[in-house]
Amino acid sequence: MSASHEKPVFKNGMVRWVDDRLPVVTVMYNAIGPGHPTPKNLSYWWNFGSLAGLMLGLQIITGIVLAMHYNPSAAEAFNSVEHIMRDVNFGWFLRYAHANGASMFFIVVYIHIFRGLYYGSYKSPRELLWMLGVVILLCMMATAFMGYVLPWGQMSFWGAKVITGLFGAIPLVGEPLQIWLLGGFAPDNASLNRFFSLHFLLPFVIAAVIILHIWALHIPGSSNPTGVEVKSESDTVPFHPYYTAKDGFGLGVFLILYCLMLFFLPNALGHPDNYIPANPMSTPAHIVPEWYFWPFYAILRAFTADFFFIPAKLMGVLAMFSAILVWFFLPWLDNSPVRSGNYRPLFRKFFWFGLLPCVLVLGYCGGAPAEEPFVMISQIATAYYFLHFLVILPIVSSVEKPEPLPYSITESVLGSDDKATLASGN
Amino acid sequence: MADSAIGSGHADIGTRRDFLELVAWSSAAVGAGCLALPLIDSMNPSADVLALSSTEVDISGIDEGMAITVTWRGSPVFVRHRTGAEIEEAEGVDMGALRDPQTDESRVIDPKWLVVSGVCTHLGCVPVGNKPSENRGEFGGWFCPCHGSQFDTSGRIRKGPAPTNLPVPEYAFTSETSIKIG
Repeated sequence: MSASHEKPVFKNGMVRWVDDRLPVVTVMYNAIGPGHPTPKNLSYWWNFGSLAGLMLGLQIITGIVLAMHYNPSAAEAFNSVEHIMRDVNFGWFLRYAHANGASMFFIVVYIHIFRGLYYGSYKSPRELLWMLGVVILLCMMATAFMGYVLPWGQMSFWGAKVITGLFGAIPLVGEPLQIWLLGGFAPDNASLNRFFSLHFLLPFVIAAVIILHIWALHIPGSSNPTGVEVKSESDTVPFHPYYTAKDGFGLGVFLILYCLMLFFLPNALGHPDNYIPANPMSTPAHIVPEWYFWPFYAILRAFTADFFFIPAKLMGVLAMFSAILVWFFLPWLDNSPVRSGNYRPLFRKFFWFGLLPCVLVLGYCGGAPAEEPFVMISQIATAYYFLHFLVILPIVSSVEKPEPLPYSITESVLGSDDKATLASGN
Repeated sequence: MADSAIGSGHADIGTRRDFLELVAWSSAAVGAGCLALPLIDSMNPSADVLALSSTEVDISGIDEGMAITVTWRGSPVFVRHRTGAEIEEAEGVDMGALRDPQTDESRVIDPKWLVVSGVCTHLGCVPVGNKPSENRGEFGGWFCPCHGSQFDTSGRIRKGPAPTNLPVPEYAFTSETSIKIG
């Protein structure tokens, strides 16, 4: 149920004057204010959307200031990052906040996606909302990858080389495409400059897609842990002050964890090799991307033999991209009418004991060296990953007998709902 | 309207307004294409990057059994002075045993000198093995430390994930002791 779009009356004359001419205040009132009725049973799993929005804001702010001190030339980039760390007032703080901010952003977004997967948030009528979220994730990945290249350390350089090399695996157009992407035959000044330009641009693209994401969210409104849609106003509370307060509390807890990383473990998630200036003539022994790419990197490396007529390398590239693209089809792969995993006994088992361990194992293998037993474990986990989405989920959703759903959100919260009693009398 | 009266006489070929609309949109599309071309092409390698596309290498100082790395187009190229045993080994390989079958003859100008790209065809790392003291893998050529690809003394892939042989760049001997790559 969407907001009861009555135009609010504002007490302040100035606000009223502005709002009559440009109704921004009304829009905010209905989007994140008292005018937005929200299911009253949202758990803390529902905190992570607003946290993700906050992280984007923080990344943009710290990023803009860092860009004022950074020099995107192959000769000076590494030095300018050291200049930020040593000479610029609070430069160390800004850089650590930005680098760890990226990790925190991914943690929050992965939990947000995890919640969507478990509670079936991708199901009708929220398919487009979900797909826009996948677009945001893809943009985030591109942004994070290009941002990691900017310090122009060894991992930056070789990461850029490996990732643009993925495009080189495409038949026929691969090599010219790779040269075009890099603006040269290897990562150099041209590549660094364009990555900087795009790294600056993409967060604003993400912001625009987030507006569409929230717009699409406000058509049906938030889902909730029961997956039962809002039936009456008694199932809801106004977003403000209830969820602004709940989000605010979650924000406080989150910022404590972020500050722990930032002030006490600022390099824990980084790689020491990236403090060695880029050297095109020497490869680090063990090239790894940042932790948030590990599961996908494991899938990329899982393909070691040619697959019919497709070379192993191309197969790895296709599989890696498919691992995310398959999410676009999720609303149609899982066609169970029941949304929430709470009422789906079989789905729940495959989720907790299949998909979740599978992704964690992939993540571990992606960070490990490319040797046995990790290669074989990645292959098994990759196979399960695709089986889960393409085979298990469609079968489970058609053979499973879901547990009984509550009549309404109110019934699940209070144990009874007057309207439910009336309804069952019919 | 006068226009529609004229137009109705040629209903099958459209009105003057349809034609103007078609012309306007087509010109806009051509214009957008003309603008896109420089934007896209500007991202290709620039003239100064292309100007560095050939490299002259003095090979007089490379002892038998040794190899050096030179920079060509921003990437490493290996120049290896092969020993007699290495040449024999490279020439004697059964083509059926190769993932990317190429004879050794087709990969060299002078069998004593092997010139190959120093970029692993898997994911672009630089293999090790230029010095005899480094790990050259089971086939005596190069070993890629990233994902374990192994190359033989002709730079051909023998084991590991790399799909193809180390490519041989275009090069020519400019004298007994120097080559020009590119």
